[in-house]
Amino acid sequence: MIEFKNVGLVYPNGTEGLKNINVTINDGEFVVIVGLSGAGKSTFIRSINRLVTPTSGSLLVDNQDILKYRSSNLRKLRTKTGMVFQSYNLVKRSNVLKNVLAGRLGHTGTLRSIFNAYKKEDIGLAYESLKRVNIEEKIYNRADELSGGQQQRVSIARVLTQQPKYILADEPVASLDPPTSHQVMTYLKKINKEDNITTIVNLHFIDMAMEYADRIIGMRAGEVVFDGPVSEVTESTFEEIYGRSIREDDLRGGADES
Amino acid sequence: MTTDNNSLTPEKVPPIYPVKTKMQVTIIFFVVLGIYLLSMFWTQRQMAGGFSGAIGNMFTVIEKFFPPNTAVISAIWGPMVETIQMAIIATTIAAILTVPLAILAAENITTFRPLYILTRTFLNILRTIPDLVLAVIFVGLFGIGLFPGILALVIFSLGILAKLISETIESVDMNPLEAMRASGGNVFQVIWYALIPQVLPQFTSLVLYVFEINIRASVVLGLVGAGGIGLILNQQLGFYNYPNAMMIIILIFIVVIVIEYISTKIREALL
Ligand SMILES: Nc1ncnc2c1ncn2[C@@H]1O[C@H](COP(=O)(O)OP(=O)(O)OP(=O)(O)O)[C@@H](O)[C@H]1O
Ligand SMILES: [Mg+2]
Repeated sequence: MIEFKNVGLVYPNGTEGLKNINVTINDGEFVVIVGLSGAGKSTFIRSINRLVTPTSGSLLVDNQDILKYRSSNLRKLRTKTGMVFQSYNLVKRSNVLKNVLAGRLGHTGTLRSIFNAYKKEDIGLAYESLKRVNIEEKIYNRADELSGGQQQRVSIARVLTQQPKYILADEPVASLDPPTSHQVMTYLKKINKEDNITTIVNLHFIDMAMEYADRIIGMRAGEVVFDGPVSEVTESTFEEIYGRSIREDDLRGGADES
Repeated sequence: MTTDNNSLTPEKVPPIYPVKTKMQVTIIFFVVLGIYLLSMFWTQRQMAGGFSGAIGNMFTVIEKFFPPNTAVISAIWGPMVETIQMAIIATTIAAILTVPLAILAAENITTFRPLYILTRTFLNILRTIPDLVLAVIFVGLFGIGLFPGILALVIFSLGILAKLISETIESVDMNPLEAMRASGGNVFQVIWYALIPQVLPQFTSLVLYVFEINIRASVVLGLVGAGGIGLILNQQLGFYNYPNAMMIIILIFIVVIVIEYISTKIREALL
């Protein structure tokens, strides 16, 4: 369970990234965060694994205030929260297997990982994860030899290998075309249901949010302006969140192509 | 068509560089030219006989060097190998020491600013000391031989390598590093998994490049007593044994060319 209690975040330059956020995310939920560019979606999601640190309030993950965490606790927190990025963030010159094994870093001692002495189970797990996103045939390809969609699947395999309790995905489909976007979202949703991993995804396409989310959180200027199940969401909800009428480019489209 | 938008008549076209920049560049150009002319004039005056005299002198000296004495090859081969060994050992030690220094001198990895600034300053100071000065100092401290030469080369190459490699590190893609951190990797794991693979090709290439420099530098260092072929060359020149010296110079020339050729090929294959 993740609980934001009066969480605020002011960046060193004075920008208010988050303003008095109160949100509780229960285990197993698939939450989509929507909002315009600059609304604070990334700041919200990156607070949960402390890539950024809120400056006020308290943020509880499994009933512990993570804002007080220091190095070794922080490492444990990050080991149980996997992250998927917009730009995949693979090591381009390393092969797919090595990239996926990086998901085990948090579980592996420094010396063991430096000598590539991964446990057999870890390598097996990495291979299983690649199979789950149907990319196992690329196991020895260099990451930069893959297409965007394939790279994102490898990065999902990396997160799976990490065996996290939470998955945070920051605009995972923003660099992909519509059919590939749906494929990636489908994998995330499937993992969420099969492994019961709480998943929080930032999206700015409202049709995709509606299609995959159980619950939608709308943000504007650092504040949560909507929070509710998908069933309660209508077009006017989005108009409220965005503070303007809905346009063509707020939609990803291509839902039936995949 | 004489609409307002299209009225870029010749006089109105803006110059590519602002007028002020043009003026400054012109002034700098003439000042530099002036310095050149002046220094040419002064060196001419101090040289007995001027340029023409110097060229005549050159021919009489060069004649004494020929024909080179091929009989000394077997005798100078040992010191030549010593020189190469000196460069190899020095480059290897420098390459190892460079890793921590380059990481500490990279702004994107060493976010603790005082440490970054300290390392940078240290490297800058290292680089201001010429290799010859280092060799002279170490020969004075440890006596004539290979050891002071190696020491001088290590410090000299460390200055260049750490600087160039820290700049390579500063230009890497930070995204994979963030991903490793986000999955619970500690500092060493992040560096090993996300940083090293990105800089390894450039690292190897730069080390080979510095090795090339070191081969040449180690010859020069030998001249001031730091062992190897340079030392022998200096002795032969001192005995006015020009045919022997010529043979040494030719051997050095061939060795340097061969090593640079191989190293360039390897570097091409890497990048
Ligand atoms: N490192 C930073 N330093 C200063 N201000 C920042 C920093 N990161 C983000 N901000 C600011 O905080 C606000 C929220 O940014 P955030 O990246 O969370 O928005 P976002 O909703 O993810 O937007 P996008 O859709 O463009 O990714 C913005 O005004 C942004 O300019
Ligand atoms: Mg963002």
